[in-house]
Amino acid sequence: MDLTRATITEIAAALDAGSLASTDLVEHTLRETGRLEPEVHAFLHVRDRESLLREAKESDAARRSGGVTSPLAGIPVAIKDNICTIGTPTTAGSRILEGFQSAYDATVIEKLKAAGALILGKCNLDEFAMGSSTENSAYGPTTNPWDPARVPGGSSGGSAAAVAAGMAFTALGSDTGGSIRQPAALTGVVGLKPTYGTVSRRGLIAFGSSLDQIGPLARCVADAALVFDAIAGNDPRDATSADIATGSACDTLHDSIDTIRVGVPRQSWGEGLDAGVEASVRSALDQLGPAVAEITAIDLPLLEASIPAYYLVATAEASANLSRFDGVRYGLRDKQAGTLDEMYKRTRGHGFGTEVKRRILLGTHALSSGYYDAYYLRAMKVRRKIADDFARAFETCDVIALPATPTPAFPIGEQIDDPITMYRNDLYTIAANLAGLPAISIPCGLHDDTLPLGVQLMAPRFEESRLLRVASHWEAKLGTLGRPPRISANGGDAR
Amino acid sequence: MTTHYEAVIGLEVHAQLMTRTKIFCGCENRFGAPPNTLVCPVCLGMPGVLPVLNERAVELAIRAGNALGCDIRSRSVFARKNYFYPDLPKGYQISQFDQPVCEGGHVPLGDGRSIELTRIHLEEDAGKSFHPEGGGEHSLVDLNRCGVPLIEIVSEPVIRSAEDAYSYLVNLKRILEYTEVCDGNMEQGSLRCDANVSLRPVGTTTLGTKTELKNLNSFRATRLGIEAEIARQEKILTGGGTIRQETMQWDADRGVPVPMRSKEEAHDYRYFPEPDLPPLLLSQEKLRAVRDAMPELPDAKRERFQTEYGLREYDAGVLTDSAQLARFFETVVKHFPHADRAANFLMGPYLRLQKEQEGDDLLPVEPEALAQLLALEKGGAVSPAAGRQVFEAMVRTGKAPADLVKELGLEQISDDGALQTVVDEVLAANPEQVAEFLGGKEKVLGFLMGQVMKATRGKGNPGVLTPMLRASLEAKRG
Ligand SMILES: [Zn+2]
Repeated sequence: MDLTRATITEIAAALDAGSLASTDLVEHTLRETGRLEPEVHAFLHVRDRESLLREAKESDAARRSGGVTSPLAGIPVAIKDNICTIGTPTTAGSRILEGFQSAYDATVIEKLKAAGALILGKCNLDEFAMGSSTENSAYGPTTNPWDPARVPGGSSGGSAAAVAAGMAFTALGSDTGGSIRQPAALTGVVGLKPTYGTVSRRGLIAFGSSLDQIGPLARCVADAALVFDAIAGNDPRDATSADIATGSACDTLHDSIDTIRVGVPRQSWGEGLDAGVEASVRSALDQLGPAVAEITAIDLPLLEASIPAYYLVATAEASANLSRFDGVRYGLRDKQAGTLDEMYKRTRGHGFGTEVKRRILLGTHALSSGYYDAYYLRAMKVRRKIADDFARAFETCDVIALPATPTPAFPIGEQIDDPITMYRNDLYTIAANLAGLPAISIPCGLHDDTLPLGVQLMAPRFEESRLLRVASHWEAKLGTLGRPPRISANGGDAR
Repeated sequence: MTTHYEAVIGLEVHAQLMTRTKIFCGCENRFGAPPNTLVCPVCLGMPGVLPVLNERAVELAIRAGNALGCDIRSRSVFARKNYFYPDLPKGYQISQFDQPVCEGGHVPLGDGRSIELTRIHLEEDAGKSFHPEGGGEHSLVDLNRCGVPLIEIVSEPVIRSAEDAYSYLVNLKRILEYTEVCDGNMEQGSLRCDANVSLRPVGTTTLGTKTELKNLNSFRATRLGIEAEIARQEKILTGGGTIRQETMQWDADRGVPVPMRSKEEAHDYRYFPEPDLPPLLLSQEKLRAVRDAMPELPDAKRERFQTEYGLREYDAGVLTDSAQLARFFETVVKHFPHADRAANFLMGPYLRLQKEQEGDDLLPVEPEALAQLLALEKGGAVSPAAGRQVFEAMVRTGKAPADLVKELGLEQISDDGALQTVVDEVLAANPEQVAEFLGGKEKVLGFLMGQVMKATRGKGNPGVLTPMLRASLEAKRG
């Protein structure tokens, strides 16, 4: 079995059959990580070999004694480093949390552990999930496994690259404005952002609390569905967690989609969309067409306005969410300061990177007396209108299809000093966060035969099953990309 | 002609709610634990934590609203109030802003007047900072209090004197205690008062520049602090000066309001809706359930004490003045079903001793123990005078009344022979008074009775002694 391409379903079957052991998975992962990490830098922390092997052995033993029911049992999972885990550092990619150890596991980690999954390590990200390239990590950028000169997208760039490079079987990311779907598209993997409130946010270091969702990055839609089923569900410790039983997405994954109506926003084909991306998405839609009831044009008139609305709401929330990093109780503290105010200023001044500071300032300004109505309140109005637009659109279609990103992966350093251009990477993904909708990005081909591209689907709230079902059928037509040829074990150059 | 000024005062009272746990986490809500022992990741503001609203805190806020005649909003919204301080772990306080849980209402002043309320909102308490003397550069923070549920009760700026502010606070505290919303302990900070004070020329209606006076940690401090602040402002205004809008701190030791660091004033709290908590929706059923579980209010209790226990209006008023005393009385009566005697004892020896000890708190005696003492007295085992001695000993030692009666040798003497000897001795020792009595001065009887009781150390049975003394005196007429 090629462990760099195998799906979780295949691996679980082999584990059950005894032809594969969890220890093999750990060995494979550590070998590939050791080989590829110097170039890719997808991880900020990989757990030590002894612990992983011990847990893998325990998992194998449990399986032999019939104590394993979840397909995730014994499978190492990579975790974005803004998700709190006991026993490893949790840094959120920030200097201000260097070496920070969480006293508790996030709910999603508890759930993964309950399913028998092994926590492999912590993935690189844009600091506090703020960015679209993973260049904003205080610990250096992650590179795109398809082209080391290019970004993997972000902010879950480490999680996406780890899966794309075949180092991880699956990974958790978080998505506030596209941070799972955009890197998934740019690295050629599947990325799911669930409905807001479906997956507990407890233990996710908050960026935009009303927008953040944890979700899987995976090798295929079925794997994403497996992980989603494992981490979803009401959490009484998260007051924004929905108390709605959505059922298993895996169970209906292969049901027919011939009654599904697909809406494609006219606004998808606007300015800024790369011609290659457009061609690829249109071709993908052509392949989906015969399988579904119909594909129609719909309108999302405020797609463009979603960017400024998002950057006001998200930064406003972030400006408060990041206040706790004050040097008083944990994390970095500037020891030179003579007064309390100075300590705050120096700690936060040194601890936060440029983009984080930019967003704290933006958000603070948007909430300031005299500006609140014009910025925050107005953005919230736009947000409500966008949700209304979606509700109207879903009267005439069952899912919405659109590009995942306007361009393929861009070169490292190209946009880092141009935030406005950088923010436009989220053009197609943000609206789902503002409206709280589930959305998924799946690979739809290669740009110039070299760089992966993604196509995106959105569904009404809590319709993950429908979303994943359509995605799974579409994926069957489009095929998965597998690992980039350049780094494959036989013949690839890992430098 | 000199301008006369009137004060415009609004009070902001923070009351800690008597919940078992904190408002957003499962930590215990308790005063006095060692520093930083009642904490968890949530109230420490660790990365990734989320608040979960304590249902009981909501019920107590509604209860306070009901008791004060507020409108309870069916939908209220939590908001973040942003500021940096080491005792505020998240860098924001979860409070309520433009949509508080209660609006309107009033606090009675006890004389027929009442003060209107603006609102009551729910919020979390902050921790406590300590700046130890000789601590050099260091300050210490105790986060046990962090996340303790609070309601902030905000009055309209319609209070006109420090005296009325005082009554407002006394009556508000009584209602909060009565409804078991807050234990009212100002010393421990369960109940805290800030005052907004401004002056304006009598006859005008525009508000003057106000100052906020903090740290009013007792009834006395509230009265004295506001009086001093009014005087300070009046002096400035009559001297032709202007009031600066600032936050003052009441220095109780020096008896003066002191300006706080001017930095405190320039706050823009940047309130915005708390994204981690959905709006608080209160159904009619919920409101009804809270209303049904509402403890009896002071007025209702006073009336019931009159009808149920046959107490006089004045006595019922005294006994229902505090919820604690009323509860104490009812427990005594449950075990000693003679309400009149129980009431007399509480209004007499009990409250006298409480007053001597200069506390508002109940004496350290269980109501059941007092009921036992009253039963001993009623059964003739101890005289009322000796009973008072036993009671004082109970307060001192916490021992059972029956044991104390024995220990102190205070068993009532009803034996005729023994008492006759005492009477004879007293009459022999006071020939002048005996002569006066025989000359028609009845009043002397009281003095002689007192001497007899003193000679028996309060143990003589007055029911036996009174006729015996009179008979012995009459016998001397010869
Ligand atoms: Zn706590």
